[in-house]
Amino acid sequence: MNLTLKIWRQKGANDKGKIVDYPITEVSPDMSFLEMLDVLNQELIEKGEEPVAFDHDCREGICGSCSMFVNGQAHGPDSMVTVCQLHMRSFKDGDTIFIEPWRATAFPVIKDLIVDRSAFDRIQQAGGFISVNTSGNTQDANAIPIDKHDADTAFDAATCIGCGACVASCKNSSAMLFVSAKVSQFALLPQGKVEATDRVLNMVKQMDDEGFGNCTNTGACEVECPKGISLENIARMNREYLSASLKG
Amino acid sequence: MSGILNSSIGRKFAMALSALFLMVFLLQHFSINILSVFSPDIFNDVSHFMGTFWVIQYLLQPVLILGVVFHFVMGFVLEIKNNKARQISYAKNNGGANSSWMSRNMIWSGLAILGFMGLHFYDFWFPEISIKFIDGDMSGLIDPNNAESGYRYLEHLQHKFVDGWRVVLYVISFVFLALHLLHGFNSAFQSVGANNKYTKGLIGFGKVYAIGIPLGFIFIALFHFFNH
Repeated sequence: MNLTLKIWRQKGANDKGKIVDYPITEVSPDMSFLEMLDVLNQELIEKGEEPVAFDHDCREGICGSCSMFVNGQAHGPDSMVTVCQLHMRSFKDGDTIFIEPWRATAFPVIKDLIVDRSAFDRIQQAGGFISVNTSGNTQDANAIPIDKHDADTAFDAATCIGCGACVASCKNSSAMLFVSAKVSQFALLPQGKVEATDRVLNMVKQMDDEGFGNCTNTGACEVECPKGISLENIARMNREYLSASLKG
Repeated sequence: MSGILNSSIGRKFAMALSALFLMVFLLQHFSINILSVFSPDIFNDVSHFMGTFWVIQYLLQPVLILGVVFHFVMGFVLEIKNNKARQISYAKNNGGANSSWMSRNMIWSGLAILGFMGLHFYDFWFPEISIKFIDGDMSGLIDPNNAESGYRYLEHLQHKFVDGWRVVLYVISFVFLALHLLHGFNSAFQSVGANNKYTKGLIGFGKVYAIGIPLGFIFIALFHFFNH
């Protein structure tokens, strides 16, 4: 396959940045998208040019690092995949492919396709945990009976990898799907109920302080989420938040 | 509780409550207007009651105006905040792949409805307020000095829909209203935290409401245009 890549190049956080065209030839349809970028970078290095900076780590859809906007969609045109799981057979010979970083004020560009997603870390630190006594007297979590439906729903929420596709896809750059998944995974379990009030209030406050937008329920986040996190989590967080606001 | 409106979820909750209130009002407005087609006398009686009963005039009407103003102002506030959250746009953004046109363009359909409300107030609300509170005529009669002249409400309605261009503007506005409701109806329920086993049915009902009510208003406008 021969392709034209239109890639966002930005030398640093303060650089204006621009889209640069890169023709690439003999791309195998069996390559992953990141392997195709590896090939491009090898060519750029051999020509003495600066390679394209992009985040990647596990390359098996777990770490959520490989966050980029491919042809107008977070993680590209396929459903339920991250960019590392996206293969070149999803494109056609002669295609022009736009590759851009996540766009959100709360996710500033560090370089090229790499954005600073530490806002998510700060939201987690604001309440995305449970306080457990680890002195040796910890009760086995499995000793507490939990409704199967709640356990499954909490697990589904916990599969969020924090890649930021929800923010990138949302026209408002809202982080509600991410935050709601992190709230839900605890709110549904007995261990999480103890700190539920403070958790949701603090995490939502941190989310707002980071500059993410307001959710307008377009549902784009749910569609583009590589882990299929449901909008039900946002509704649950709304309930948790309103209930916590009345208490607190 | 005090800071709830300062949070993104609190603002959305308030937005949703005002939307739910306005949707109930819309249903009530339609229920009365459709009487003008099927039972002009009852339409006149109900209109007179709505226009003169003090609970509606002095309690519910201010609440309604507050709801409308709040909904529009909060809509603008949210739009401004959301634009700040993404100051650099994508070079290529395939929004249609993951969301409906209606959900992405609520501000534009909302602005069209706001423009329509200006026309609607000019046509009906301001003249009513003028007759009742400036002229001091609370009789509701075509000729306030002649009790036999009958109520003016239907005549006023029919008179407005003689003008073809006005009817066209009303029809276009109701199309925008349908587009706004197609997303807004279910969005309001999601914002108040209602996403459960009834959601699928609610989405279906929402579509019926979102298309049915504006279509009904269009029918009323066209009916009076073609019959008078």
